[in-house]
Amino acid sequence: MSAASLRQFQDAFAHALLAPELRPDDYAPEIARVVEQPSFAVYRNTVMKGCIDALQANYPSVARLVGEEWFRAAAALFVRANLPRQPTLAVYGEGFADFLGAFGPAAELPYLPGVARLDRFWTEAHAAPDEVPIGAAAVARLEPEALARTVLRPHASARWSWFDAQPIATVWRRNRYPLESDEPEIDWRAEGVLVVRPGGSVESVDLDAGGCAFLDACASGGTLAAAAAAALTVDAQGDLAYLMSQLLEAGAFGCMDLFDHSPEER
Amino acid sequence: MTTKPSAGLGLKPQHYEDALAAPADGLWFEVHPENYMVDGGPRLAWLAAIRARHPLSLHGVALSLAADAPPDEAHLARLAALVDRFEPALVSEHLAWSSWRGAYRPDLLPFPRTSEALTRTAANVERAQEALGRRIALENPSHYLVIDGHEWDEIDFLEALARRTGCRLLLDVNNVFVSARNLGLSAEAYVDAFPGALVEEVHLAGHTADPSLGTALLVDSHDAPVDPAVWSLYERLIARIGPRPTLIERDDNLPAFDVLMVERARAEAALRAPLRRAA
Repeated sequence: MSAASLRQFQDAFAHALLAPELRPDDYAPEIARVVEQPSFAVYRNTVMKGCIDALQANYPSVARLVGEEWFRAAAALFVRANLPRQPTLAVYGEGFADFLGAFGPAAELPYLPGVARLDRFWTEAHAAPDEVPIGAAAVARLEPEALARTVLRPHASARWSWFDAQPIATVWRRNRYPLESDEPEIDWRAEGVLVVRPGGSVESVDLDAGGCAFLDACASGGTLAAAAAAALTVDAQGDLAYLMSQLLEAGAFGCMDLFDHSPEER
Repeated sequence: MTTKPSAGLGLKPQHYEDALAAPADGLWFEVHPENYMVDGGPRLAWLAAIRARHPLSLHGVALSLAADAPPDEAHLARLAALVDRFEPALVSEHLAWSSWRGAYRPDLLPFPRTSEALTRTAANVERAQEALGRRIALENPSHYLVIDGHEWDEIDFLEALARRTGCRLLLDVNNVFVSARNLGLSAEAYVDAFPGALVEEVHLAGHTADPSLGTALLVDSHDAPVDPAVWSLYERLIARIGPRPTLIERDDNLPAFDVLMVERARAEAALRAPLRRAA
C-alpha cells in the first residue's frame, strides 16, 4: 500500500473536518486512521468554533434577536456551506443576510435578513479605507450653477439602504446598541438608514427614501442636479436643502469633482 | 528586542489602552497580522499607536506553508504591506496548513512529514520570504493525532527547512508539552534536542484538558496561565541556549492586563538569569 500524497491527505482531511456525518470507513485507510481518533474532534471543533465565533461577533444584532443557541445552530449551517475565503475573520460572513433570507426556520422573523444587512454594513464601514469626509463649508462655497454640476462621491465607508416594509433601522439599532431602560413600542413602518465611518467610529443616520435615491445617484457618478432629480422622483415633497445638510453633517461624501460633461461620457 | 532579548505579550483589542500606557522596559507586542488585513479604520489606527511606542512582532496563522499549494499571492501581498508599514522586529508563521483550495479553516492542521512535504514547504517558505523581503521564523505545532507516514522527525524537518531556506525557528514550549503528552513522547528530550542557534523566538501559553477526553488529551487553548511544567521546560531551554525574545500568548478567557504582565515578569526573570551549561 502506497502512502497518500500530501495533496490526497489534505483533500481528505479538509473534507473530513466539515463532514461529521461521514464514518472512518468512508475514507482511504491512511485517512481513516486519522479520522477515527477521538482527538480528530479537536480540529473539527476548533474550525467550527473559530468561524461561528466570528459570525457571532460580526452579527451581534442578529444573535441578540434570535438568542445564542438559535444563532450558533444557524451559523453552523452557514459555515459548512461558506467557509471563509480569506483569513481576516473580522470581515467574515458576507452573504449571511441572504442565507437567512432563504433559511426556512427564519421565515417567521422577516426582519432578520435586513438586520443582518445592517450588521454587515457596520463591519464593512469599520474596515473601509480611511477618508476625510467633505465638509459643509466646501459645498457652501459653490455657486448654485457649479453646485448643480458637482459630483459628490459617497464616502468609502458609506452603506445605505431603504427598507420599504419594515422599521429595520430601529430594530437593528435597538439590538446593536441595547439600552438598559424600556423603549417605546416600535412604529411599524418603512425606514432607511445610512451607516458611515467618517472618522474613528461607525455612525448611523436615518434616511428617507429620497435620501437613499440621492445617494444611489451619487454612487453611480451623477451630478448633484441628477441626484436631486432622483430624490424628487421618489419623494416629490422632499426637502433637498435639509437632506444635503444632513448628509454633509454625517460625513456621507468622500470626494468632490466638478464635471463639465455628463456622467454617461465618463 | 533588538538589543537584548526581552519578553512580550500577545496583544488583544481589550487591552489596547493598557498596552499603550504600559511603560515596561523592553516590552513588545505580538499580533496575528490577519486581524489587521483591512483597508483602514480603528484596527489599523490602534496598531499604529502601539507600534509608535513598542516593538511589534507579526505572527501569522494563515500562510498555510505546509499546504501542497503555493501561498496565496493576495494574502502575501497584504502581509507584505503590513510588514512594510509596521516594520516588525519579528515575523513568524507555523509549520502547518490552514488555507486549502481557496477556503480558510481557522486552525493549524497537521500533515505527514514526508520528503515530498519538505520540498513543498521549503518552496513555500522561500516564496514567502521573497515576497516579504525578509526571513521568517517557523513554529513547531501542537499535535493531537497519531499520523501514519512520517518520514521525518519534526526537529530534523524544521532544521532541514532552516538549512534550505535560511528561515529561523520559533519554539513554542507549550506546544512541545502538549504534543509530548498527547503523543506519549518526552518534552524534555524535544526541548534538549532543539537547535538553539536557530531559535529566534520562544512562545509560552496555557493549555487545558479536553472537556470530553480529560487529561489524556491536552488542548493548546491559550485560555489559561502558563503551566508550571511549561515554565520548567522554558527555564531549562533558556539555561541551555541563552536568552531569546519570549512571548506570553493568551487568546481566550482574558485576565486583566496586569495579570499578564506578572507572567511576563517571570519570563523576564528567566531571561536575565546567568547563562549556565546544561548538565
